[in-house]
Amino acid sequence: MISLTIDGRKIKVEKGTSVLEAARAAGIHIPTLCHHESLPPYGACRFCIVEVTQRGRTKLATSCTLPAAETMEVATRTEKVMKIRRILAEMMLARCPHSEPVIKLATEMGVEKSRFSTPRAAQSCLVGEHGECILCGMCVRLCDNVMKVGALAFEGRGGYRTITTPFHEPSDVCRLCGACESICPTGSIRQAKISDRQPQAIPFEFEQGLTSRKPIYLQFPQAVPRVPVIDPDNCMHFKTEGCKICEDNCEAGAIDHAGKDEIREFNVGAIVLATGFDVFDSREIPRYGYGRLPNVVSALEFERLCHASGPTGGKIFTSQGKVPESVGIIHCVGSRDKNHQEYCSRVCCMYSLKFAHLVKEKTGAEVTNFYIDMRSFGKGYEEFYKRVLSEDVNFVRGKVAEVTNVARSPEEEGKLVVVAEDTLLGLVRRIPMDMVILSVGLKPGADTEELNQVFSLARSADGFFAEKHPKLAPVDTASDGIFLAGACQGPKDIPDSVAQGAAASAGALSLIDKGSIVLEPIRAQIEADLCGGCQICVANCPFTAIEYNPEKGISEVHEELCKGCGTCVAGCPTGAAQQENFEDRQIFSEVEGLLS
Amino acid sequence: MADENFEPKIVGFLCQWCSYTGADLAGTSRIQYPSTLRTVRVMCSGRVDPTFVVKALAEGADGVLIAGCHPGDCHYNEGNYRAMRRYPMLLQLLDQFGIERDRVRLEWVSASEGEKFAQVVEEMTEKLKELGPLNWKERSADYCGVA
Repeated sequence: MISLTIDGRKIKVEKGTSVLEAARAAGIHIPTLCHHESLPPYGACRFCIVEVTQRGRTKLATSCTLPAAETMEVATRTEKVMKIRRILAEMMLARCPHSEPVIKLATEMGVEKSRFSTPRAAQSCLVGEHGECILCGMCVRLCDNVMKVGALAFEGRGGYRTITTPFHEPSDVCRLCGACESICPTGSIRQAKISDRQPQAIPFEFEQGLTSRKPIYLQFPQAVPRVPVIDPDNCMHFKTEGCKICEDNCEAGAIDHAGKDEIREFNVGAIVLATGFDVFDSREIPRYGYGRLPNVVSALEFERLCHASGPTGGKIFTSQGKVPESVGIIHCVGSRDKNHQEYCSRVCCMYSLKFAHLVKEKTGAEVTNFYIDMRSFGKGYEEFYKRVLSEDVNFVRGKVAEVTNVARSPEEEGKLVVVAEDTLLGLVRRIPMDMVILSVGLKPGADTEELNQVFSLARSADGFFAEKHPKLAPVDTASDGIFLAGACQGPKDIPDSVAQGAAASAGALSLIDKGSIVLEPIRAQIEADLCGGCQICVANCPFTAIEYNPEKGISEVHEELCKGCGTCVAGCPTGAAQQENFEDRQIFSEVEGLLS
Repeated sequence: MADENFEPKIVGFLCQWCSYTGADLAGTSRIQYPSTLRTVRVMCSGRVDPTFVVKALAEGADGVLIAGCHPGDCHYNEGNYRAMRRYPMLLQLLDQFGIERDRVRLEWVSASEGEKFAQVVEEMTEKLKELGPLNWKERSADYCGVA
């Protein structure tokens, strides 16, 4: 530890600490303009000048670059120092008369205006209109030392000093990370002037791409655990080995860029699969205009638009920023459709009614729901439907043929026209709308195939995981110990998912609780001496009850999983696999007896 | 070979859950069908090893029926798919032996299809009457050139 005196106070600091940092740690204010805790000190602006007395000699020095030394005596507010700072402020003010941080600092010094005139060739070519570069060099230091890219540098001296790219050409190495723009204290530098390539925003998955996110982000507000994650495909550190600003600034030391994915093995006796679902992609129905026409939104996107924590703070706007006056909600998009998913997705009627209610409440717009049947099956659901009916929401019973922007009459100009059959009226109607919401159905998650392989599950015709019995065992699977919960087993809403979750947990608990497992008396067994390790039985078993043991070079039956179907036995080329009470020789005996 | 008194012997390998129960239903429903079938109950049609079929034919059966649950309905999920896969190989084996393919049949009979079961046995019996007895011993003697 080093002891020094600042403004008469004795302060102890670690070796290597600068005088500026020591002062700030002790609560003593020293003004700075070019200093940033993430950047190496530069001493460009000179505002942090202090008087330092060591071994009887007094001199002026910039406290940001001066390392604290034993017995040093520092004075931060002597008359000489203040006079220097005031002249610096005047010079800065002359160079950048409109810059906010400069004006703020000058005011702090008591300087209102400058006696100097603004130099002519002052501005950097990288500065945008109305910008004022104060030559603090923070962008240069950041790009070079921290981001390890080095696209910018100082050029020239004195009045002609400026910040620029090599040869004033658009940079080849600029990574479009925008760090320079974010650190510039005057907000002057423009990334667009550094590189002529366009930065690509990272679409925020949770917000359905309506907003963008940074490489480090919180996946969604209710994430468990509620910690940010780093997207290694976009994080600058993985591109340049620089940055790590987040890791350096994390007070908890919780970030480790060197961390690697770990594969951990757990021995478990029961598994609950609750892997969820995906939403139907409306681009599969091009005539609804999703992805082509503005203001055609899918249900999940609209959910974000009307949510208080979403990109618009819950206010409903069209893409032109106006409040819609007419909104159409199309039910059964991708569901109950032999061209896409034949099943009913269960939740869409209710969320469509919810949207209708919210749109009406928030905007007072004319709302029309286009439906086939109204499926309001749950507790309070029918009552909610009645309520929405009473709120003057229109309901048109019929499939929507298309959503088009080709107007056939003056009222349709500039609007989205929903063309639908109204079966109750017996007409085909064209209804102009400002916004169309597509109530998309639920479909099995993208990882279903992979999970299927890993857990050896069956799938029902709709592609969701198959339960053991549709009525009597909705959360069990054919494999003992593997349970299903939630939408991975079939489309369902929240109350049903919760109920299934509880049921699956109970199933798992009952296995754990029993303390013993009842074995199938007619299970298969493999005679180790006869087994050649061909693994035909492993592939044959519908219950993944047989596992190949690479150390022994043979396959072994997990007797607690074997259901006694005998399929492995029939496939075994050596006769090593036999089924209790249904052995090959027993069946041969039966055949002999039958034909004797 | 039209021997009017020829009664074919059929050995049926029936899966416990569907086809055996279906056969049982044919019985309890008092459906009349030829008494040519002799059954071996297995847990699943996937248990049926092609050697069972050969054994049955070698022991004197004129035809063999393998019956299981309908595809997609197997009590053990996929056992009947295994049976489905083994069947074409079995037919090729029969070709090599010179045994008519019609003698070995793979059928899907559910637990409620008593009528169908009876019909299958009926059809098979008729077919086998046309084909005549298998005469395994004589045929294999011909092949081996043994008197």
